[in-house]
Amino acid sequence: MEPVSTIEGRAIPFGRKNVDTDVIIPAHWLKTITREGLGRGAFESVRAEDGNIFDDPEFAGAPILIAGDNFGCGSSREHAAWALLDMGVKAVIAPSFSDIFSGNAFKNGILTVCLPQEQIDRLMEVAREQPVSIDLDTQTVTTPFQDRFTFEIDPFRKHCLSEGLDEVGLTLARDAAIANHEKSREANLPWLAKGVAA
Amino acid sequence: MANRPRTLYEKIWDAHVVETRDDGTSLVYIDRHLVHEVTSPQAFEALRMAGRKVRKPELTLAVPDHNLPTTARLDTSGNRLPIADPESAQQLAALERNAPEFSIRYIGATDAEQGIVHVVGPEQGFSLPGATIVCGDSHTAAHGGVGALAFGIGTSEVEHVLATQTLLLKRSKTLEVRVDGQLGPGVTSKDLILHIIGVLGTAGGTGYVIEYRGEVFEKMSVESRLTVCNMSIEAGARSGLIAPDDITFAYLKGRPMAPKGEDWDKAVAWWRSLATDEGAKFDKSIRIDAGDVEPTVTWGTSPEDVVSIGGVVPAPESFADTSKQDAVRKSLDYMGLVPGTPMRDVEVQNIFIGSCTNSRIEDMRAAAEVLRGRKVHPNIKWGIVVPGSGLVKAQAEAEGLDKIIIEAGLEWREPGCSACLAMNPDKVPAGERCASTSNRNFVGRQGPGARTHLVSPAMAAAAAVTGRLTDVRELTS
Repeated sequence: MEPVSTIEGRAIPFGRKNVDTDVIIPAHWLKTITREGLGRGAFESVRAEDGNIFDDPEFAGAPILIAGDNFGCGSSREHAAWALLDMGVKAVIAPSFSDIFSGNAFKNGILTVCLPQEQIDRLMEVAREQPVSIDLDTQTVTTPFQDRFTFEIDPFRKHCLSEGLDEVGLTLARDAAIANHEKSREANLPWLAKGVAA
Repeated sequence: MANRPRTLYEKIWDAHVVETRDDGTSLVYIDRHLVHEVTSPQAFEALRMAGRKVRKPELTLAVPDHNLPTTARLDTSGNRLPIADPESAQQLAALERNAPEFSIRYIGATDAEQGIVHVVGPEQGFSLPGATIVCGDSHTAAHGGVGALAFGIGTSEVEHVLATQTLLLKRSKTLEVRVDGQLGPGVTSKDLILHIIGVLGTAGGTGYVIEYRGEVFEKMSVESRLTVCNMSIEAGARSGLIAPDDITFAYLKGRPMAPKGEDWDKAVAWWRSLATDEGAKFDKSIRIDAGDVEPTVTWGTSPEDVVSIGGVVPAPESFADTSKQDAVRKSLDYMGLVPGTPMRDVEVQNIFIGSCTNSRIEDMRAAAEVLRGRKVHPNIKWGIVVPGSGLVKAQAEAEGLDKIIIEAGLEWREPGCSACLAMNPDKVPAGERCASTSNRNFVGRQGPGARTHLVSPAMAAAAAVTGRLTDVRELTS
């Protein structure tokens, strides 16, 4: 994964609440066995609306998406994160995110930034004409009008994002601790250790 | 900490923590992993690219469900019929290749035990109380019905579990949903969970694990508990669970993958110790009186958009929040509904009885009971009943339920996820309505432009008979 530091550029002022992952990428796009090319299916039902923001050439390839509360609710499909990446989106700013989506986004190097609704409203206004900048190191979102909003991020996620770490690799390095746990599990909860044979 | 009263969730969590980092992230051991064809190909491919192995293949079970057509899978001479959609066929072929390559137990598309992962897991005794269970599917929460800590994960996490048998997680907050009293006649576990989602809202459970407690759940069958827990994610909670008890143990005993002999006795003793301690604290609690729950339907495009069958389509102005008002306007426009319309007057053209929420034998019986001796209304253009697994199908057929369903005028199909998410050929046409026992009424969920009303199996059967949303109690009392 590429390390994340500053994300700067146009921000799509979408703003909708409760955007579910079926809206981000409908199920018929999930038949792929790769991670690429899903941008074509992103927000398909929204793109069917006249004058929708996603087909506005001004925002083509914009690296930031601004949304409302509970972004990414519903299905666990990581295809939602892959579709955003394929569109060029590297960060989503919203008042809140679903748990599974924010995990999936993080694992693909997409930064999810939580800000209060008033600040989202301000960014929605600015984003129509001007770029927005997100700095992971200082945990700030800034605009050309001197707006400066700070956000919280889980320290582990920040560390992984800024270093571009591979989580599977990190955990594999904890092999001894896992093996220890497995040993005590075999002794205390043997039926769980047994599982099923192929 | 040893003496502090703990909740069911905290006990399962504590038993599975491998280690906790200074920043509060824990490495948590995963006991059971279910895999299907849609969210796994990229995970297996990543393992292959990195030259990584599956750490504990015996803890993973693979079964295809999302893509499979629900029409016949074998021809009259018993040969496998090809899947017409090349992409679906390719995805199925990938799972058929990946499972043996990584030594994972695989239940194939034409095996008697094939079905929806969340039906197959408990049915086989693979899903067990006190276990951590994951699957690349948000409805994994269902397995909380047997007292497991079960939750949906993304494909990167599928890869992480395959490679390490663990996940990096933050401890969740706990939410108690207590329901006391008794559900009235004609009111089912599906009506109850829709009602609960209406109370919590679609994000009310975000960051929480729900424990469902109280008299109603204590008396409930395991199948109904699976239905309740299944939809926890529709209230934003990644996981929902119910304490395992004698009803759970009786359900699991003797199932093919459940512990046996001495292991069984040890397991039951441990399972009994998991119930929430007297005095344990939840971060949040809500209470619901079971007597307040009516047969419930959805009117909008979010599972929180619920109303009792006796109610009417709400007006956008009846919501306090202005952004919710906008969302309601969009929803009603999509759904083609006018505020003030009684839900009972809403005509439907399609019926879907199935999905991981409602496709177990109890659901088949409830639908057949309403359909017995009745005919589907001429409004209904398409109506299918899709059992959750081959074993549910066989059981239903042994009880003659298939005949009742077919004679009434609905189609009896092969097991799979089907029209719940319309990845396979089972879709609701644009602009038409479906009374559906599935779990999501999202825009386009059952096909582009499809309009979904979530209901219980008995209510879906009642709608099939009358051609409109109907209070099932009018047909059964």
